[in-house]
Amino acid sequence: MMKRKLLALTLSALLIPASGAVLAQAKEKAPAKAAAPAKMNISGDVVKIAVLTDMSGVYSDLGGKGSVIAAEMAIEDFKAQAKPKFKIELVSADHQNKADIGSNKVREWFDTQGVDMVTDVLNSAVALAVAKVTTEKNKIMINAGAASTRLTNEDCAPNNVVHYVYDTYALANGPGKAVTKQGKDTWFFLTADYAFGASLEKDTTDAVKASGGKVLGSVRHPLNASDFSSFLLQAQASKAKVVGLANAGGDTINSIKAANEFGLTKNQTIVGLLTTIIDIHALGLPTTQGMMFTEGYYWNLNNETREWSRKFFSRHKKMPSMLHAGTYSAVTTYLKAVQATGTDDTATVMKQMRATPINDVFAKGGRIREDGRMVHDMYLVEVKKPSESKEPWDYYNIKQVIPAEQAFQPMALSRCPAVMKK
Amino acid sequence: MTEIFGVPVQALFGQLMLGLVNGSFYAVLSLGLAVIFGMLNIINFAHGALYMAGAMLTWIGLEYLGISYWWMLVLAPIGVGLIGIAIERLMLQWLYKLDHLYGLLLTFGLALMIEGLFRDLYGVAGQPYSIPEELSGAFNLGFMFLPKYRAWVIVASLSVCLFTWFMIEKTRLGAYLRAATENPKLTQAFGINVPLMVMLTYGFGVGLAGFAGVLAAPASQISPLMGSNLIIVVFAVVVIGGMGSILGSVVTGLSLGIIEGMTKVFWPEASATVVFMIMAVVLMIRPAGLFGREK
Repeated sequence: MMKRKLLALTLSALLIPASGAVLAQAKEKAPAKAAAPAKMNISGDVVKIAVLTDMSGVYSDLGGKGSVIAAEMAIEDFKAQAKPKFKIELVSADHQNKADIGSNKVREWFDTQGVDMVTDVLNSAVALAVAKVTTEKNKIMINAGAASTRLTNEDCAPNNVVHYVYDTYALANGPGKAVTKQGKDTWFFLTADYAFGASLEKDTTDAVKASGGKVLGSVRHPLNASDFSSFLLQAQASKAKVVGLANAGGDTINSIKAANEFGLTKNQTIVGLLTTIIDIHALGLPTTQGMMFTEGYYWNLNNETREWSRKFFSRHKKMPSMLHAGTYSAVTTYLKAVQATGTDDTATVMKQMRATPINDVFAKGGRIREDGRMVHDMYLVEVKKPSESKEPWDYYNIKQVIPAEQAFQPMALSRCPAVMKK
Repeated sequence: MTEIFGVPVQALFGQLMLGLVNGSFYAVLSLGLAVIFGMLNIINFAHGALYMAGAMLTWIGLEYLGISYWWMLVLAPIGVGLIGIAIERLMLQWLYKLDHLYGLLLTFGLALMIEGLFRDLYGVAGQPYSIPEELSGAFNLGFMFLPKYRAWVIVASLSVCLFTWFMIEKTRLGAYLRAATENPKLTQAFGINVPLMVMLTYGFGVGLAGFAGVLAAPASQISPLMGSNLIIVVFAVVVIGGMGSILGSVVTGLSLGIIEGMTKVFWPEASATVVFMIMAVVLMIRPAGLFGREK
């Protein structure tokens, strides 16, 4: 009797995740409701868009399910407004933050499933691997999630890859210059010990020096460190006016939390270099008030962003991050280009996207440059005091709108071979 | 100011203190593992997930039921202990006769499921938990600014470790337990309910993990991933101390916390690795661990 019960329990325990997998499979297979196909030059008679993201790891709140929802919303809105004569399908997968899993999945999508465009692709390591496959298969990646500037420099692929939302240059530039010019001109860095952290630290250092500031030192901490107090004590001992956090996700959250506990925030300014509204929401305003950083999107900017974000909120139960809004915009931009040209041919669509300014809920007057960088306004934000916040998720004061030309690395500094030849 | 290798002595004291704080977490967690391994011969991979569950319960208690930190300090370990007892009764008890590997695989699977459950419910960014009012603020020790909460962590975890050691080594109950480990059949023949003792031991061991979770809740972000980041280091601590050695796990936990803290000053990049380097060396010289007995 006992054994039978046990068996039933074990089986049901096994079935719960299994049913999830079946659902996920079904989701992957079920096409989004289709419009009637017509005489257009579309491969396989369907425009297939893929969202590749981190569904379960450290970045899954930043992209994850939210990115899939954003892409779904983009397709629904596009269908309602543009009444396209072609079918649109959406597929998605979890790359588990592993470059090999990501590039294999994308290869399978391109080779056997007729995917035309892949988006989100957060995590720089995965993005760089996927960029190679995309170029090899001559498809399109509109990257809304990765930070590395290599995507539009050393490893640029302007015929196939668009870098859409942000990069380490854009993140570093805003606070690096603005904070230094406020007189907070000595910096100390807490840097995640891998390529992303190093490049964020370097880009910020450049911006600080360009504005007449000085970097007093830095400490490299291992990724996913369990305790930051020791590193923060070193930052405190440096007597720098600003402590820059060149890390992301859980590392940033735990650094900020410990900075408060050890009283750093009284005499030093903490600047997150990749901080998003998700982190602020997780930490709460009492801990984060007064922090400054660069964001690519904020839901509470104007009526248009509020309306879209509330729609997103009703489905995801969280306000969108810049990755979510960026994914929505990327999918919309791509579909508009397919609609305008009547084909999903890579070269034609890329040409059309480069020629058309991007005006939607995410970007105003956005433009895809010849190196693949989409340039748009960025926002230098300061976190509100708890007393200033009027409703949940009302977190930022916009200190400065950084215009598109200044927000991103100028073309003159480009290290992209395809562009430099010209 | 006097300096050691270019680091002011005062800063060094500060880092020593922090090492002790982290060491306290290692000590409580590895103690739970050591008790479970010593008595049940189970390599409990679910320990990290249950530590996380302890922290999550603390947060849930405050968020939904308004139960304060101090009550949760008692309630959360009991809750986690009960989960542990359920796991032991329903699953683990069938595995004692088999190789260690089966217990390891089962608990590993459980860890993934528990983590996945919380991740699905609450996402990975984690939940904020503020330090209880009585412990907010800091002591100025002259050489450093020590938050009261961190000092409390040291006191609380050392007391719990001492209590556990006393229970197992110095009381009648502890004597029964040790006898049951040594020779379960003979002990049972003397009329002692061995399965009951084993069940309670597992409950107590994971309860310790839950307790460490409550202690960690205000000090770090409560995220479903917090356990898996820590558990591998804690396993290394247990191996260095000697599997199953109570005293060994406490002493090694504290000293490795300090060694790791020092590494963070002199070679921060290696701070995640230093524990494993020590483990490799210890395994070469004393395969049973510093305090372990060869069987």
